Amino acid sequence: MDANKLVNMANQIAAFFSAEPDRKDAVAGVAGHLRKFWDPRMRREILAHFDAGGDGMESLVRDALEHYRDDLAPAG
Amino acid sequence: MYSNKVLDHGTPASKSPKQVTLQVDGKPVTVPAGTSVMRAAVDAGVKVPKLCATDTLDAFGSCRLCVVEIEGRRGYPASCTTPCEDGMSVTTQSDKLADLRRGVMELYISDHPLDCLTCTANGNCELQDMAGAVGLREVRYGYEGDNHLDAEKDRSNPYFTFDPSKCIVCSRCVRACDEVQGTFALTVEGRGFESQIAAGPTNFLDSECVSCGACVQACPTATLMENSLEEQGQPDHAVTTTCAYCGVGCSFRAEMKGNEVVRMVPHKDGKANHGHSCVKGRFAWGYATHPDRVTSPMIREKITDPWREVSWEEAFAHTAKEVKRIQAKYGRGSAGGITSSRCTNEETFLVQKLVRAAFGNNNVDTCARVCHSPTGYGLKQTLGESAGTQDFDSVEHTDCVIVIGANPTDGHPVFASRMKQRLRAQKRGEDGAGLIVIDPRQIDLVRTPHIEADYHLQLRPGTNVAVMNSLAHVVVTEGLASDDYIAERCDPAEFEKWKAFISEERNSPEVLESETGVPADQIRGAARLFAKAPNGAIYYGLGVTEHSQGSTTVMTIANLAMVTGNIGRPGVGVNPLRGQNNVQGSCDMGSFPHELPGYRHVSDGSVRTLFQDKWGVEIDPEPGLRIPNMFDAALDGSFKALYVQGEDIAQSDPDTQHVLAALSSLELLIVQDIFMNETAKYAHVILPGSSFLEKDGTFTNAERRISRVRKVMPPLAGLADWEVTVKLSEALGYPMNYEHPSEIMAEIAALTPTFTGVTYEKIDELGSIQWPCNDKAPEGTPYMHSEEFVRGKGRFFVTNYVATPERTTRKFPLILTTGRILSQYNVGAQTRRTDNQVWHDEDVLELHPHDAELRGIEDGDMVAMTSRQGNTTMRAVITERMQPGVVYTTFHHPESGANVVTTDNSDWATNCPEYKVTAVQVSKVVKDKSDWQQGFDRIEQEQDSLLPSRRAQQPGTTN
Ligand code: SF4
Ligand code: SF4
Ligand code: SF4
Ligand code: FES
Repeated sequence: MDANKLVNMANQIAAFFSAEPDRKDAVAGVAGHLRKFWDPRMRREILAHFDAGGDGMESLVRDALEHYRDDLAPAG
Repeated sequence: MYSNKVLDHGTPASKSPKQVTLQVDGKPVTVPAGTSVMRAAVDAGVKVPKLCATDTLDAFGSCRLCVVEIEGRRGYPASCTTPCEDGMSVTTQSDKLADLRRGVMELYISDHPLDCLTCTANGNCELQDMAGAVGLREVRYGYEGDNHLDAEKDRSNPYFTFDPSKCIVCSRCVRACDEVQGTFALTVEGRGFESQIAAGPTNFLDSECVSCGACVQACPTATLMENSLEEQGQPDHAVTTTCAYCGVGCSFRAEMKGNEVVRMVPHKDGKANHGHSCVKGRFAWGYATHPDRVTSPMIREKITDPWREVSWEEAFAHTAKEVKRIQAKYGRGSAGGITSSRCTNEETFLVQKLVRAAFGNNNVDTCARVCHSPTGYGLKQTLGESAGTQDFDSVEHTDCVIVIGANPTDGHPVFASRMKQRLRAQKRGEDGAGLIVIDPRQIDLVRTPHIEADYHLQLRPGTNVAVMNSLAHVVVTEGLASDDYIAERCDPAEFEKWKAFISEERNSPEVLESETGVPADQIRGAARLFAKAPNGAIYYGLGVTEHSQGSTTVMTIANLAMVTGNIGRPGVGVNPLRGQNNVQGSCDMGSFPHELPGYRHVSDGSVRTLFQDKWGVEIDPEPGLRIPNMFDAALDGSFKALYVQGEDIAQSDPDTQHVLAALSSLELLIVQDIFMNETAKYAHVILPGSSFLEKDGTFTNAERRISRVRKVMPPLAGLADWEVTVKLSEALGYPMNYEHPSEIMAEIAALTPTFTGVTYEKIDELGSIQWPCNDKAPEGTPYMHSEEFVRGKGRFFVTNYVATPERTTRKFPLILTTGRILSQYNVGAQTRRTDNQVWHDEDVLELHPHDAELRGIEDGDMVAMTSRQGNTTMRAVITERMQPGVVYTTFHHPESGANVVTTDNSDWATNCPEYKVTAVQVSKVVKDKSDWQQGFDRIEQEQDSLLPSRRAQQPGTTN
């Protein structure tokens, strides 16, 4: 899928959770949202984009992908 | 008028808890205090003759036909206006009373044509019945004098006729329009003999009339009559069913002659509508038998091939083979389905079951994605349940109403009439309700007869969160919060966090004024009005959800309701006004790719086990694709087969060109619909759908009310929609064994904790049921969260305002926002095929005089509208309803292509598209059609020529 679009969507999610006073909560919020609502191919592709440098990603998204990679990477 | 098979009590029921006992013709009867003598008599089995009274209207006491004698009282009081008293003794028949009544009738009849035998109302006319009841035998006045017998008929309304020669000036129609509908379109002109009923200066069509039909039900004579009754004659039986248009879910009696509908009359006992209706449900049902209906399954290889009509068997076999081929080639995840908010709960349940069990993935979504998915998300997070908190009746107990991003008089007309009754009470000096409207446009509710909003916060599109935050800021910082309620019912840590956030200066109305365009003092005033009202209720619609911050706005609404203590009793609450009839139901039924029925996440192992045991298959624990994701995946080649039931995604989804590219890249598009809609142009398989008149099932309205849809005629193409899904599933190798939709409901009840107590028998018994309905609430739940929130403690969410990425620039200086109008419904597939076209036959662009002048545009000019996505043309309407800088249109007509210009921005949480904010430029044009529209016409012609019915019409053949 269009990586730009996925990045935009993830950044939007981060914009909501960035209001959390505790950054740990914000990172967990972003990761939890991706896990709950994104189909595996979308998660796979955003992780791939992250690994390729993660152009355009907000830092909250990067942290979420990094810290919660095991949860987010689809099985198989 | 109503069918004479429907009992008329004469006056409305009294709600008094006190009881009184009286005697009517010697029979004792006990009624609530405040009940009229007329109504008590009906309870005692005695029908007092009457003409100006009917139980949908307050008593008026003008005809004097209903006189009675009351022991110990002088004279002959009118029974409709006399309240019962304890110990009263009433006589309804005596020689004197008979004389008086005959005298009254004689006067009426002397000015009434005596063409009973050929009159449309023959056999169902109150005047005729009363002449019989009072034993009228002669009319002494003769017919030669002055009369109104030659008065001309008004046939301007396409659905009903006004024949003044038959009018007895009882004013029931006028009162129905005022009291029930709240439009005030009719007046009694002149006095005495001269008096007559008038609709505006000319006729019904040109008056304020919105064709709701209330006056037609109320009229006791043939003066106001449905045209269908004139054409078809009196019905022979009636079936109770539910309107298939909007989320109000009005209950109707379908009055039938054999398999033909003669008329649809709102059901007095319907708990959503209490005998009222709007023009769509009441009159616009002709589409169901329109010649454009698809009557045979069709298939084709490529979308440029002509359609081939095939048998159902061949259609199912072909479709199943194709699905299997595609899944074998591209993987299990390459197929998916879309359920419909217009189909029944049972049908929706089956489509998601087919996707999860027979396709073996969770790629199922619903058109609610593009309207109310943020409601589901936002309310689940904050309150714990993805549904509105109240019933409609709740508005009677409200002291202050906030309407945000909703246009109830157009979108939810029957509920709007209820709300207006409550709002007018205030103007009458009773303790009615205050009104705050939050909308970029001056919707009708802001100023309508006998109602004026206390505040109209005319914000810039896209700033809902900012406005809602600033309201909450005022409540918190001015000490207006309901501290006790919050302490008792809400999560304290989350509240403190939110309180700190919302109190920050950046959320104050003064700081946000420049962003929202709403003066700070108006925000402060509105916040105080709402917070101080004993009961405050918030009603909202798509103007809240269809934004990039749609889910956040839903949370701000829940925050404001909680901080003012306004959830958990009648008169308050968070009330989403749902668009299509079964949006609530389709969401409840597990139409979202991450949730099984009852809003339970697919990753929850114990829930999956429940379904796996019942269905005998493994359920994928991973969430599936949402509609916009399906389009993206189609374009990148990983999604190839789509089953769409009763939805026109090509027209209703934003960024049309992107959607069409995605649809064109599918290898199998299965469209199940009653018409060849826009999506069908890209389809490979057509499965004919059935209208709501052709099947059994249930709809769930915006109040969580489950009502029965009943079959009144056989399906045109032989199968009801649920049967089509059953057979398709069977062809796919996953048999579903249901003989009747009640068995599907039994399965839903067995699998869904909020539906445990729901059965068809119970719905029949109670009329309708509001879920949750289970052991804790065996008769259903009118309002939720009464003792505690469903999630335990209510949770405040920090709701940062984030401006939409869609920004105006020099090139695109205006903001386009979109909406609905009364007479048309959604993409218009149904209403465009009815006479509702007389009110709205094209989509127009509304703009402010200032913006029009700048561009040299005059009212009625064709204008081009261009956005970053595309362009289209439509006719301009210049109106002060708009604020400068904002333009508005509807999207009921495919050729206007409003969604060609809308963007692919979407809600951050749910991907609900941002229909409500698009930066555009508008200019006057000479050319009537944009490039896109010319392309549209070409495709329309090409696809049309591929239809079997069109090819059969080639010269030399007859059809
Ligand atoms: S039109 Fe019908 S309801 Fe209205 S005043 Fe005449 S008779 Fe009565
Ligand atoms: S149809 Fe409705 S709006 Fe029109 S005059 Fe009758 S009651 Fe009023
Ligand atoms: S469209 Fe809505 S308001 Fe109108 S009759 Fe149908 S359910 Fe009622
Ligand atoms: S019915 Fe009572 S006065 Fe007309």
